[in-house]
Amino acid sequence: MAQATATVTQKPGGNKPKETSGMSRALVRRETISGYLFLLPSLIFFIGFVVVPMGICVVYSFLDYGMAGVEGFAGLDNYLRMLSDKTFHKGFINTVLIVVVAVPTVTAFSLWVSSAIYQMSSFTRSFFRCVFYLPVVTGTVAVTVVWKWMFNPYNGLLNQLTGNVGFDWLGNPNTAIWCIIMILFTTSIGQPIVLYVAALGNVDNSIIEAAQVDGATKLQVFWKIKWPAIMPTTLYILVITTINSFQCFALIQLLTSGGPFFSTTTIMYQIFDTVYKYNDFGYANAMGVVLAIIIAIFSAIQFKLAKTD
Amino acid sequence: MNKKADLSGTSTGYKIFSIVILIALAIFFIFPLYWIVTGSFKDAIAINAREPQWFPVAPILDNYIRLFSKPAFRWLANIVIIAVSAMALTCLTASLAGYALAKKRFIGRNILFTIIICAMALPKQVIVLPLLQEMNFLHLSDNLLAVILPTVGWPFGVFLMKQFSETIPTEILEAARVDGAGEVRTFFTVVFPMIKPGIGALAIFTFVNTWNDYFLQLVMLTSEENFTLPLGIAKLQGEMSSDFGLIMAGACLAALPIVAVFLAFQKYFTQGIAMGAVKG
Repeated sequence: MAQATATVTQKPGGNKPKETSGMSRALVRRETISGYLFLLPSLIFFIGFVVVPMGICVVYSFLDYGMAGVEGFAGLDNYLRMLSDKTFHKGFINTVLIVVVAVPTVTAFSLWVSSAIYQMSSFTRSFFRCVFYLPVVTGTVAVTVVWKWMFNPYNGLLNQLTGNVGFDWLGNPNTAIWCIIMILFTTSIGQPIVLYVAALGNVDNSIIEAAQVDGATKLQVFWKIKWPAIMPTTLYILVITTINSFQCFALIQLLTSGGPFFSTTTIMYQIFDTVYKYNDFGYANAMGVVLAIIIAIFSAIQFKLAKTD
Repeated sequence: MNKKADLSGTSTGYKIFSIVILIALAIFFIFPLYWIVTGSFKDAIAINAREPQWFPVAPILDNYIRLFSKPAFRWLANIVIIAVSAMALTCLTASLAGYALAKKRFIGRNILFTIIICAMALPKQVIVLPLLQEMNFLHLSDNLLAVILPTVGWPFGVFLMKQFSETIPTEILEAARVDGAGEVRTFFTVVFPMIKPGIGALAIFTFVNTWNDYFLQLVMLTSEENFTLPLGIAKLQGEMSSDFGLIMAGACLAALPIVAVFLAFQKYFTQGIAMGAVKG
């Protein structure tokens, strides 16, 4: 038991107090120069196309930047506007709904699938792993267009099979968002399953055997041994699934364009719409900053909760 | 014997239950792809039939002929160019940087690595619209480079290659230095062969993700001759929303190459994903 937690909490490089401790000054200089030369190509791309646009995003969020170009400093106006923007509220609620429904179901379901397949023969295991990864690889656009056909009121498979011809799943404010969450679910569980299968395979079998000799039940083995051992993986899965669910866009743009009656709009879709419909870069970027902050808060909460467990 | 059965889990009843569920789910997950492929060979009558036609009774190629009357070849070529260049550039820059972060002990290393981890937790799509402004400024908008360059900049590759480079024994690097090998030679003759599996994983990962990065393509590429296949299909769907045969032919052409690449290299792929997370 103690052994298991020790291997989990140990981090590579964690025992070095300082990156250059115990090195001569000449060696430090040499390593620093060569280190940065190796990093240079990557840093150019990273700074040029990740850091700079982040900066642009923050700066524009404080500008009055609409159709006519930059018209001055807006202070916090763009941010305050979100408080009274009904469409943004709708997008915010839908985004939270998607995250709150999708993240736990994706995590729990992928853990179940992985537990069921990780001790199968390697062929069966990789077969199932591939199958559940398939919607990710097929690509959002291809997956979305075929679902759009299956959801079609008249020639869609779903209505034909359920004898429901004429019912418009994507045109109904009560069902549209659930259709989107369902498709999001099928495109989200591939990576968690790959991760969980690898993590479960790494759990030390001798500890499980020892526990079983001592008379531990299956449930005890899972909660006391496997669950703590795969905790870092669970945390990683929670964070990446949260980030992905918060950014749900392509499904919405291709299936419903945020409708009907804004019942499927999300923050990400609002950002896109604000730029393409109203050319309002200031407001769109302010929403982007808020979305980034919300995601950061959610990730931090998940870290906190996982630590106290 | 008994103990082994115990280890693998559970009662026979539960085992059968889980296998049945798994198979049902597998069918559910494979079905959309099956429906794309078969749909692309159906004529309008089969598509609009009242009863679903599980297999095209009278398969036709007409959907593909109509697809290629659009610039679909051009779209295919564009996405291949984008995905291959992004893949090659990412692998080169990320393996150099990952090696430095893992094995060089220089001032600022920890801070840099922290920044990279934090950047990975940011919503990628939020920076796409400001990126468009930057590309406009650089006169690169509506250019394939506007999709390639930001993809290379995304730090996940550096993170993954750092994890792989950690496994290189430091003694080997010191031995190379003692033998008088320069930094560049050490990298290409000693380090590179050792992180090859990692580069394979990163290559396939970047290829698949770039191919499917619809949002970036949508924002950056605006003229029809610069469309990528996924973008072209999405636009076709917008214009001819009821011509499902044509759309399925497009979806099939967009999906099958990438599915084939994935199935061929899936071992690297799953290994890479697992490596990126478990060791982090």
